[in-house]
Amino acid sequence: MKTVSSLLDADWYERYKKISRLNIRSSIYDVTDRCNLRCKGCFFFASGEHERAAEEKDVSKWHDFVEKEMDRGVNLAILIGGEPTLCMDRIEAFYKRLPTFCATNGLIKVPRDRFPDMMVGLSLWGDAEDETILRGQDTFKITSKNYEGDPHAYYLYTITPRQLGKTEKIIKKIEGVGLKVHMQLLSNDEDVNGFSWKPEELIAIRAEMDGMLDAYPNTVISSKYYHEVITTGKMLGRTFGWSECPSVTILRDNRNPQPKRLTNFIRWASDLKTVHRCCTSETRDCSTCKDGAAHMSWVMVNKRAHIKTPKDLKNWIEIYEMFAKLYQFIPW
Amino acid sequence: MTIDTTDTTQTITRIAEIIINELKLEDVTPETFDSDLDLVDEVGIDSMDLATIALVIRDEFGIRIDEDDYPKLTTVRIIAEYISNKRTENE
Repeated sequence: MKTVSSLLDADWYERYKKISRLNIRSSIYDVTDRCNLRCKGCFFFASGEHERAAEEKDVSKWHDFVEKEMDRGVNLAILIGGEPTLCMDRIEAFYKRLPTFCATNGLIKVPRDRFPDMMVGLSLWGDAEDETILRGQDTFKITSKNYEGDPHAYYLYTITPRQLGKTEKIIKKIEGVGLKVHMQLLSNDEDVNGFSWKPEELIAIRAEMDGMLDAYPNTVISSKYYHEVITTGKMLGRTFGWSECPSVTILRDNRNPQPKRLTNFIRWASDLKTVHRCCTSETRDCSTCKDGAAHMSWVMVNKRAHIKTPKDLKNWIEIYEMFAKLYQFIPW
Repeated sequence: MTIDTTDTTQTITRIAEIIINELKLEDVTPETFDSDLDLVDEVGIDSMDLATIALVIRDEFGIRIDEDDYPKLTTVRIIAEYISNKRTENE
């Protein structure tokens, strides 16, 4: 039988042991149905999810809800929207009790006196030109001022096909304001012309992402295996899709056979009653889904499948470490 | 009180067999499985694997493993002792 220590040297084995018992149990929460932007390709608005549930406006009910989520074993709250920062009181209901991550467009600054160490992920959809086309404005101008040098914030850089050959410029800008960056790929849920990935572009962007990680290892939080999985949709010869996705809401998961999945994962709507199918919109075609967190989680829940060769296991460790850093379970 | 070592050995072997079957482990048998091998640090099982194993144990041994106890169940021997203690409590 192949054991973990038989596949790793002492340094890698120590790295493995630092993450092997983290037992991260996340769920995702739509904090609000409203946003101060309307981005072309945003899955939340493109799919009509913003109209699925009426927001719960009584903050005390958010507090009660979070308590129940903790009873369910959740130990990481991932807040999305709409734009969560429109509702700081609701964010606080989570932050007071749980490790909390807030995905935001960054236009409203999270007050650090109220949320001193909450991890904030700042969405960025490319360079100023792409941002203007897709989001109506260059958000980086504002967000970089709001969060410059913040140790608990990083950019979630969504790369579009038009960014090929231009990613270094963005990475340098982010490095220049003293922040980290994690890269993901646009899924283009609204079929905006010129923003859907072609196979040759995915090959090229993988090489470019690898190059950015090599050139900016202290700024880019990523792994080459993640780049491989996200650009090919393949892991150990298996293909990502509905039958494999780990981040399907447990209450709506009737797949048979059951794949390895996130324990008790639910994506809740903002009425605190309705649940969505998965971590992204159910109108999205799973076979072309590029969701970064879903692909990361896909690798993470399939640990035993990676305990075959030293290379596979090291790949798994690097992706788990990346996830643990992005959600503050281990330091940068 | 005397400890029934035969019973304990049988439980250990059966738990090893459950783990081997559920995790589809290769190149190991219930008899050769090291009952003191750390299941997380060496075998690489995760909480979902443990939940699956817990269901089989519940059906076979008639005891419920509390989820809060998962982190403590680090080896086959410890799981066997846990089962033994739970059975004693239930008697």
